[in-house]
Amino acid sequence: MGELKLMKGNEAIAEAAIHCGCDGYFGYPITPQSEIMETLMVEKPWETTGMVVLQAESEVASINMLYGGAACGKKVMTSSSSPGISLMLEGISYLAGAELPCLLVNVVRGGPGLGTIQPSQADYYQTTKGGGHGDYQLIALAPASVQEMYDFVDLGFELAFKYRNPAIILSDGVIGQMMEKVIVSDVKPRWTDAEIQKISGSWATTGKTKDRARHIATSLDLEAEKQEIHNHKLQAKYREIENKEVRFEEFQTKDAEYLLVAYGSSARICQKAVEICRSKGIKAGLLRPITVWPYPTKRVAELAHQVKGMLSVEMSAGQMVTDVRLAVSGKVPVSHFGRYGGVIPSPGEVVVALEKFINGGN
Amino acid sequence: MSEIQIQDIIKKENFVYGKTKILTDNVMHYCPGCSHGVTHKLVAEVIEELDIQEKTIGVSPVGCSVLAYNYIDIDWQQAAHGRAPALATATKRLMPDHYVFTYQGDGDLASIGAAEILHACNRGENITVIFVNNAIYGMTGGQMAPTTLIGMPTATSPYGRQAALHGYPLKITELIAQLPGVAYVTRQSVHTPAAVRKAKKAIKKGFENQARKIGTSFIEIVSTCSSGWKISPVESNRWMEEHMFKFYPLGDLKDAEKDNEEDYRKFIE
Repeated sequence: MGELKLMKGNEAIAEAAIHCGCDGYFGYPITPQSEIMETLMVEKPWETTGMVVLQAESEVASINMLYGGAACGKKVMTSSSSPGISLMLEGISYLAGAELPCLLVNVVRGGPGLGTIQPSQADYYQTTKGGGHGDYQLIALAPASVQEMYDFVDLGFELAFKYRNPAIILSDGVIGQMMEKVIVSDVKPRWTDAEIQKISGSWATTGKTKDRARHIATSLDLEAEKQEIHNHKLQAKYREIENKEVRFEEFQTKDAEYLLVAYGSSARICQKAVEICRSKGIKAGLLRPITVWPYPTKRVAELAHQVKGMLSVEMSAGQMVTDVRLAVSGKVPVSHFGRYGGVIPSPGEVVVALEKFINGGN
Repeated sequence: MSEIQIQDIIKKENFVYGKTKILTDNVMHYCPGCSHGVTHKLVAEVIEELDIQEKTIGVSPVGCSVLAYNYIDIDWQQAAHGRAPALATATKRLMPDHYVFTYQGDGDLASIGAAEILHACNRGENITVIFVNNAIYGMTGGQMAPTTLIGMPTATSPYGRQAALHGYPLKITELIAQLPGVAYVTRQSVHTPAAVRKAKKAIKKGFENQARKIGTSFIEIVSTCSSGWKISPVESNRWMEEHMFKFYPLGDLKDAEKDNEEDYRKFIE
């Protein structure tokens, strides 16, 4: 077992990047996630693992640096918060179109616009429903603890390379800023050139040798029929991810009559709310999606046969609730409770909202 | 004396010119009179002469040369509009022994990608930039570019570019030359055999500078766009000499090698 350390969620991302053999980080400062690049700059991994760390001139530049690095078969990542991710969306669409693996981290803050620097979960649609142009999907992991912030860096890279697709850690200002214990893993060495050839040698732009055709990292095909074939290929990949990579966690669902559905920091709040409900005699349970895409649609649908109603709890005006409704398909009532614009709900507020929902209110 | 047969002349030892193998046999989509074809050839010849095909990564832009990867037989990355220097930055930093170059037009480099090119050059990224300036957006059908000359008619400045309405043409190469991270800045053209030879020398120097790790090399090629300018290729060359060269004079703007390389290296260190 690795060493136990106390650290912030943002610091955990930086430490995990160095420990999992990341080749390059490219980012631009924005609250509440600036500690990620600050930690990397203090740690100076270029002197130990050889990892490149660069402060780019903008989020637009950072995401396109990822495109260049990912095209070389390197493990590259960036991090930002909501407005910065909006700036990156064009590049994210290009990365998905060119099937380039990389890792993004969004430490979400309240919006819209410049919004606030307080935590929010209002980027759910942006993350899971596209955001950028065209038909594409990001593999989206939603951590609910500092340990998961740490673990999902390695997992995110693993999934990104497995499917040649960008992965994103959908976090928020609570998890980015809070401090918890983390079990730190051993340092994995960065991939050697030979390993990169083995893993990504069929497509990476590492220099055209005599024994192969040139590699081109592109999302362009001017012929509509060919672009449609490329899209079929992408969609087949997305269906495979939906079949194989759904991750979720359940808390007291076995005998639950009412189900709370929440991810990330909201799930932490809901766990406490379930405990309060149980002490009051309300049989509540919690389903926590760990992957918000692919979404645990099947499990939500199954639970619709068991429970009397579901309440989606999010720090947004109600975004994930649409996925819950689609899965439930009218079988039982579904409602939403949320605080937003940077406000964090208390467990007590969630309990009151659930009681109101049970009694027929909204 | 027997008659000389053609076979006696076509012998390898008599060859003075051949198409470089780095250029593919794909039919180029460029219009007649366009400067891209010759510029592509020069880049390909330099890659062959330096024997760096296996170590060269090109970054193509959005614009007419978006399909450059169809013509030069190396590994390529196709960038979003204006972002080629960001891709090249990461590629070079992650594979420092490779030769990395961007190939960009004036709309891509001087308009939408102005931030990326300035910052990549200001960081002194050890890359080569080929900047094709034909003062117009070719691919989208001849709209005004940041480098369009005053008075020059385009699809979006149909009565000629006016400073009050459209702003001034941007001498981005002069701006780039001010940056301490840049080792070599030159402006060339490819409209005559002499100009082609000079341009090739400049491109070669730009690539060689990467091995010397002295900062960014920036090579502007003042170019024609007969289709966009709506005049014949011959007239285009004449128009370019008369008008473009006056505003964009040819020659070196900066050469760290000549200006004292040792001092320069100390400065960037």
